[in-house]
Amino acid sequence: MPAASPQIDASGRLAHLLTLEGLPADMIVRILDTAQPFVSIGEREVKKVPLLRGRSVFNLFFENSTRTRTTFEIAAKRLSADVINLNIGASSTTKGETLLDTVDNLVAMDADLFVVRHAQSGAAHLIAAHLSRTGRSHVHVVNAGDGRHAHPTQGLLDLFTIRHYKQDFRGLTVAIVGDVLHSRVARSLIHGLTTLGAPEVRVVGPQTLLPTAVESMGVQVHHDMRRGLAGCDVVVMLRLQNERMRGALLPSAGEYFKHYGLTPEKLALAKPDAIVMHPGPMNRGVEIDSAVADGARSVILPQVTFGIAVRMAVMSMLAG
Amino acid sequence: MKIEIANGRFVDPKHGVDRPASLYIAAGKVVAIGAPPAGWQAGRVLDATGCIVAPGLVDLAARLREPGLEHKATLESEMDAAVAGGVTSLACPPDTDPPLDEPGLVEMLKQRARLSNRAHVYPVGALTVGLAGEELTEMGELTEAGCVAFSQADRPLVDTQVLLRALQYAATFGHAVWLRPQDPHLARGGVAHDGEVATRLGLPGIPVTAETVALATIFALVRQTNGRVHIARLSSAEGVALVRAAKVEGLAVTCDVAAHHLHLSDVDLGWFDTQCRLEPPLRSTRDRAALRAGLADGTIDALCSDHAPVDDDAKLVPFGEAEPGATGLELLLPLTLQWAAADKVPLARAIAAITSAPARVLGIDAGHLAVGAAADVCVFAPDEYWRVEPKALRSQGKNTPFIGLEVPGRVRYTLVGGQVVHEA
Repeated sequence: MPAASPQIDASGRLAHLLTLEGLPADMIVRILDTAQPFVSIGEREVKKVPLLRGRSVFNLFFENSTRTRTTFEIAAKRLSADVINLNIGASSTTKGETLLDTVDNLVAMDADLFVVRHAQSGAAHLIAAHLSRTGRSHVHVVNAGDGRHAHPTQGLLDLFTIRHYKQDFRGLTVAIVGDVLHSRVARSLIHGLTTLGAPEVRVVGPQTLLPTAVESMGVQVHHDMRRGLAGCDVVVMLRLQNERMRGALLPSAGEYFKHYGLTPEKLALAKPDAIVMHPGPMNRGVEIDSAVADGARSVILPQVTFGIAVRMAVMSMLAG
Repeated sequence: MKIEIANGRFVDPKHGVDRPASLYIAAGKVVAIGAPPAGWQAGRVLDATGCIVAPGLVDLAARLREPGLEHKATLESEMDAAVAGGVTSLACPPDTDPPLDEPGLVEMLKQRARLSNRAHVYPVGALTVGLAGEELTEMGELTEAGCVAFSQADRPLVDTQVLLRALQYAATFGHAVWLRPQDPHLARGGVAHDGEVATRLGLPGIPVTAETVALATIFALVRQTNGRVHIARLSSAEGVALVRAAKVEGLAVTCDVAAHHLHLSDVDLGWFDTQCRLEPPLRSTRDRAALRAGLADGTIDALCSDHAPVDDDAKLVPFGEAEPGATGLELLLPLTLQWAAADKVPLARAIAAITSAPARVLGIDAGHLAVGAAADVCVFAPDEYWRVEPKALRSQGKNTPFIGLEVPGRVRYTLVGGQVVHEA
């Protein structure tokens, strides 16, 4: 039987951040509001606040990601936490230690918060459930990406960015373009947008890159990018991994760019003030034209800046 | 010893019997039903007041994990579980280590099972050497050693030419072939039903077409070879429809469904519950409804436990890395009773699905209780509920999606060949 909520405790506090699915709108808004003042900390001479002084944050990365790990590290350090980075990679299982053995060992080193990235969907849920089953609910888990499932801090920073430029979610049309099938970023953003009341969320891509029954998540499906972008306020481009060219999902990067690459000409179909987002790292010339990526409507670099503030907010709310 | 099972409700679906009657057993066989034979002197009287007296259960898929997989379970532990669940005959799939592809392995398994003096074990031999899907096994030798049918268990048979040859060869000598209908290409990498839940959880999906494409292939080859094929573990509404059409057409096919699939759907995955990592995957509630209806109307012949004990460590991992399977021998009867009660299926019809019907699929004389039949009996209290918990299970596998639930049906006595092998 599914638990009522795997991430909110009995008193209604956020115990872990595992997914945006099922997170109440007011809690999402509270996280975004908490992040707001942290943006300006990055502009100060002393970029530190003492909210997590004496706390240990373990970056537990079973899948390589320099960028996400770095932003979590910066966020934790700005909160004055002690940060320990563990790049375990995919080799850990071959050494014989299970994921939960690894976690138990690090809890014994007095970890207060785990930031977990793993190639398998549900890995962060597994760790959170294990901690609560073994009576160690004082240790918190932030999901930094699990398989195709969720990347909630990316979803939150995307929401923060949209709110920054568009103020209100009600009335917005958002198009998410590309490899939705393999994208935890897309899933988290869809949950966040539908929870905050965005009336029209579209996913755009070929059938091979859209998951079965994706409409059940509350989105409209478009295969034609021109129709998918028409009248949009926000365009979110997803990263296309090179390995998608193998395995018969797509014929070539060139053909993909022709149909689903964001060019100035296609962007012209969106609203004149539409913003362009991308979770990074970008593949220029595959999913996005440099003229758009570096253009006036691109908010891709502000996303990175906001990402640190949002991660500070999440970690301070969990372990502060 | 002469045994009288007194005061029970005697249900024997094969002979259409459902009435209060005592059962009289001597020399391992049923000697009388209702009234004692002349000069009857019972050595032991088993009181079956409030109980159903039914044929011992026949399970079409129970993994004993021997040889080679003793870290998951042993023949001893699983034979205990079988009789605790009222199962007196079981077919074990060939996916042991090494697989059951040599007569010596089959003879050893039969011998070990006989010595344990509990349920009858009917090995299903490997269809191909090493279950590798390339070369045929010596089906004749394996049959002499005790195999009742041949299968790939859950391993794929990728090469359809090998499948055709296997069916041709088996048909020549009258061997039955059991096949899990799953196209290996369409199922590749998948761990959950390809639907709303897998999409939401980001789990790689196994589409329904993996089952329907495989069924279409199998039925086309059955038409060509006139072979006898048993379809193991249906999972989808479309699959049920295809089997129904094949039976209407007159193909010699039978099929079964696992008890889990009558009660659970992909919704039960919740937040990645690895207890629900099963093969085939739990599909939608619509599929579940079709499986229940298909079993009730006879499209699906039999219900099986698909017993697959798995150790805890293999489930305490992310969903996609978890080993498929769940313990089931001790839950087959309760889950059957629960299905019958919920869908208003007559008790005798429900019991047929776990006794006479699977015995017919196996081609064995079991699953019924006429005078002269072997006294394999299951006496159970149908209205007594018990809680499924690790310590309540004899199976070494403690993993099941039903942990923590109250289920109906307590087995009081299990008799095999007239011997009481379990009582509680």
